[in-house]
Parts: sequence; structure tokens; C-alpha cells
Amino acid sequence: MQEPQDHDHDHQVVPSDLTLRTKALESLLVEKGLVDPAALDALIDTYEHKVGPRNGARVVARAWVDPAYKKRLLGDANAAIREVGYGGSQGEHMVVVENGPKLHNIVVCTLCSCYPWPVLGLPPVWYKSAPYRSRAVIDPRGVLREFGLELAEDVEIRVWDSTAEVRYLVLPERPAGTEKMSEEELAALVSRDAMVGVAKVTAPQTGGKA
Amino acid sequence: MNGVHDMGGMHGMGPIEHEKNEPVFHAPWEARAYALNRAMGAWGKWNIDASRHAKEVIPATEYLRMSYYEKWITGLVELMVEHGLVTRQEVASGKPATGAPKATPALTADAVARTLGVGAPTSRDVAVAPRFKVGQHVRARNIHPAGHTRLPRYARGKLGTIARDHGVFVFPDTNAHFLGEKPQHVYSVRFAARELWGEKAGRRDAVYIDLWDDHLEQA
Repeated sequence: MQEPQDHDHDHQVVPSDLTLRTKALESLLVEKGLVDPAALDALIDTYEHKVGPRNGARVVARAWVDPAYKKRLLGDANAAIREVGYGGSQGEHMVVVENGPKLHNIVVCTLCSCYPWPVLGLPPVWYKSAPYRSRAVIDPRGVLREFGLELAEDVEIRVWDSTAEVRYLVLPERPAGTEKMSEEELAALVSRDAMVGVAKVTAPQTGGKA
Repeated sequence: MNGVHDMGGMHGMGPIEHEKNEPVFHAPWEARAYALNRAMGAWGKWNIDASRHAKEVIPATEYLRMSYYEKWITGLVELMVEHGLVTRQEVASGKPATGAPKATPALTADAVARTLGVGAPTSRDVAVAPRFKVGQHVRARNIHPAGHTRLPRYARGKLGTIARDHGVFVFPDTNAHFLGEKPQHVYSVRFAARELWGEKAGRRDAVYIDLWDDHLEQA
């Protein structure tokens, strides 16, 4: 393991004693034969390099170009997401909710940090933070404004509080001007934030290929 | 429990800090803390609900002060001690007690991909009749259990409508305390924003909360 890099984050102070505490705990558990350090490496590698929001973006792009797939995705998200090759831990029970011109969905977990790992990876700090968890349900419009998204009064906002083992993925609206783009090009446009519901997907300025 | 973790609707938590190009982990210890939780969970000594509760019982002032993965480490140590996998003395010294038996890891590197791919479904294939049906009006019960519950405070006593029946799932409120899985239906319940937050809330807006049969009563 490399030396700790204590990044500067005003919202997440990382005292070196946590580095020491975690190291001591790991060495104790390895010595007791409770933990295989190579398994820890594999777990970390999975979420740092293999499982992340690119997975969800592929699901969204597929739904945009293939109406039959979209229907399956909205009807049985587990099976449809499996078709693209994703599933498992913290995505065992998926539901996909679709945005429209007059409907906007946003996902939160007010009680902890539930998040659809197989399609979005591990959640960002803001999603797990008290400000987002406390306000997403009482003031979704204010929260969205903080993310730079102003929604008209006549747009219905649905907030999904992930209180059970059901995990929600937002299917954002396909932006205008992307009609000629391929599934792969579309996937590149889809951000993590759009799939949580705190952003929209926008077309590239030039249109067509980037 | 009416803990500070149950923060839906609270004010005063400050602005949302959105970090551009955020790394998955902010320091190597966070990655190890995450992975240790997963690897120790594989022993099957506790369940996901107990693991959530272990973080909820962190004293409120500490809960708010701690970073996310500090809570994970803190909760993990409590679970391991409670279930006899380590002693507090071992944690303090970082060394196994003299004569402590050596185990074989529950999760090995070669099993990681398969384990994550399968996950740990909490749906249960048992015939339990739903108490409510889609479209039915319900009221979230006004209960204040001192232990674990997934019924958030802001919904208690409020009127909603069953929007979807997710099927039969383990009941966390008992499972977290090893009092049985008590499988029952989970519903997505639609609560109008104005029912929850009053007239200033958006007229069309709503919050959908996943709740179990035991959280609901007929309206």
C-alpha cells in the first residue's frame, strides 16, 4: 500500500490517526486469518476501476436507442440491466424511473447512503452527506438549484427515498440534437448526476460527433 | 431509533458540496475501510440491517463529526467485538491475543467477483399476503421504536397512497436485532409533498418512500 495522501478537503478531514487505525485493524484481522489482503485489493480494484457510472450510462443509452429495451428496463429493471451485463451487490432489486418534459425524478437515501452500486459505483461524498440527505426530501427544488438545475413550477418532482433494498436509477431525457448519435456516443453524454436526478443530460455544443 | 441519522427534512446542515472529478476514495485508508467491511461481512455473523444499525448508534455528536468511512470503521469494530471475532484488547493493541486460533478468511480474492455479482438479495420467496394493494390510501404508523427502523420520522402519521408493491422482503426492524426476518410486503408509498411539508411545498411534488406492511395502517 502506498503512503497515505491526505487530500485537502474541507468537508472531509482525514486525520492520520485513521490511516494508522485502519492499518492496525487490517494487520490484526490478517494475522487472525479473518481477512485475505488480496481480497481487499480485489474489492478496491472493482470499485475503483470496473464498476462505476459508465455502466449506468450504457443502460441509459441502450434505452434511448432501443424502445423494446426501454420497455423491458421500465418493466423489469433487474433483468434488463443483467442483459447489459450488470447486477449484484447493492443492485439486487433495481427500479428505473423515467424523466419526461413534465416529470423529474431525484433519488436520495435519507437514513444512510443506499445507492445502486452495479450501475453507478460507490456514491460520491455529497450524496452521503447530511446537507443532501436532509434537504432532498423537503426542498428538492432548492437542492436542484444548488446543482444548477432550475425546474419550472409545472414540472412534477418525484423524490425517491431509498429506505428499503430497492435501488433506483433515473432514466434521463434524451437531449434534442442527438438523433444521429450512436449508442456509444450517447453513453458518453450521460453523467452520474443525471442518473441520480440532480442534473439533465445535455447535447454537445457542436452536435453530432465530439 | 429517533437518531440523527434519520435526517430527512432537517435544516441547518449547510450547503451541498459537489466535488468535480471526485475520486472513488479520497485516501488509501478509506479504500481499506470499505474493503474490510465487505470482507468481514462475508463471515455472515451479522446482516446488512445490523450493520446499518451499528452506525446509527454512534453518539449523535460523533456521527455528525465523523467522515463517512470513519463511521464504517467504528461500526465494524463494534460488530466484530459483539460477535466475538475480535476483543477490544486486540483492537487496542493491534495484535491477536496469545493463543488465539488462526482462522481461514471467509472471502478470498478469487471469490470476490462472484460474490459481488450474486449480491445478497433480501427478497424472500414465501407466500405472504399483502395487507395493501396498489392505489389504496394508507397512513404511516406513528411509532417511535428505540431500535432500528426504516420508517423515517418525517413520514410518521402521514397519509400516502400505495404506488407499487415490490414483493416480499426481509423486515429490517427485526432483522437488525437478530429477531427474525419476518418477511412481508414492501411498497413504494407516494406521499404528496404538501402532506409532508405543508402548503409551501410544490403542489404536484411527491416523495416516494419504500415501506413495509408493519409500517402502515389503513387510512
